[in-house]
Amino acid sequence: MALPGQKQPSNMEEFLEGIWKQNPTFVMVLGMCPTLAVTVSAMNAISMGLATTFVLVASCLLVSTVRNIVPPQVRIATYILIIATFVTVVDYAIQAISLAVYDALGAFIQLIVVNCIILGRAEAHAAKNPPVRAAINAVGMGIGFTIGLFALGGVREVLGAGKLFGISLFGPDFQPWVVMVLPPGGFFVLASWLLLFNWLNSRKTRADRIETVGGHVHGA
Amino acid sequence: MAPESLGQIFVGTLLSNNFVLAMFLGLCPFLGVSARINTALPMGAATTFVIMVASLCAFGLNWLVTTFHLEFLRLISYIVIIASAVQLVEMFLKKNSPALFRALGIYLPLITTNCAVLGVALFQTAREYSFLQAMTFSFAGGAGFTLALLLMAGLRERLNFSSVPNVVQGTALSLMLAGLLSLAFMGFAGLGAGE
Repeated sequence: MALPGQKQPSNMEEFLEGIWKQNPTFVMVLGMCPTLAVTVSAMNAISMGLATTFVLVASCLLVSTVRNIVPPQVRIATYILIIATFVTVVDYAIQAISLAVYDALGAFIQLIVVNCIILGRAEAHAAKNPPVRAAINAVGMGIGFTIGLFALGGVREVLGAGKLFGISLFGPDFQPWVVMVLPPGGFFVLASWLLLFNWLNSRKTRADRIETVGGHVHGA
Repeated sequence: MAPESLGQIFVGTLLSNNFVLAMFLGLCPFLGVSARINTALPMGAATTFVIMVASLCAFGLNWLVTTFHLEFLRLISYIVIIASAVQLVEMFLKKNSPALFRALGIYLPLITTNCAVLGVALFQTAREYSFLQAMTFSFAGGAGFTLALLLMAGLRERLNFSSVPNVVQGTALSLMLAGLLSLAFMGFAGLGAGE
């Protein structure tokens, strides 16, 4: 709900919020467990991203629809049940569509239930906004999450296996950097992405400050 | 039934397949509560307790849903049981140790959405552990979580006294540390695997 005097964000802004300004992976650092566990390859990352997006959009839509009926004391329990229902749907759907993907993701499909992003968005956004707006925001968040997963999965697959989507990139002489597809690699790649964004941010704030003071910028 | 012995499960889950550092379960509290040692220990203990209760309930529930052929309700019933167990721990702590209750803050109710808790329930079902195996698995999982939390808290307390470049500060630094810890734990690979 926008306060009087505060401009209601447009649909486009709602949509873009999750992709850039509030990106769940790189800005909010939410939902780390699936992010690190399944991103050993780009394909896994994208399937996980799509599954999460579906659950996110469907739950936000439903939460937003029932937001005026559910008493506040039991709202979290209600949200969890709604989310768990949609995750069960996804779980069975993936089994039906591709058994290979299902085996690769394993228990992490069912663990979407406890992904903080979904409960977080249900509580922080869907419970306060009409259905269409909540759904648009959820789609943006889902895409943002998928991009985040892909950024990790892509880098880890290229470095750790020399492939992208299973296609060899560097020829047979490539010596894979195996640690990147092992657990420590997940931590390191995510840390490096965060470092990159921190560095870009600090450069930007420094440039802004110099501009406002009126000094001149020396070469970077 | 899975063939592993109890000892194999215990060592394997505690060290070589550590929940946090090798399986990426329970990262949110791992990064959130690991700033100081004296909150890390109670948090680990509370989580271990919830994990064991959840594992016990999940074992009973799994028998129930399998008997009545309601497998599609498994996930939903697990999450409801876990939420109730967390509520119980919260009420207990609030009454018996208000100071600790305040120190843990938002992270206490968030145990509900701790992947480690649901993870234990799901993995023990998937691996078809017997009752004793499941209990050993859940205890070792909780102990491993506590161990990782304590190690991380110790490292971060030390880091407070060193100067770190501004760019690295915050989550990036914690993740780097976690990566190094995880690298160290890879040295345990193969331990408890049998043969």
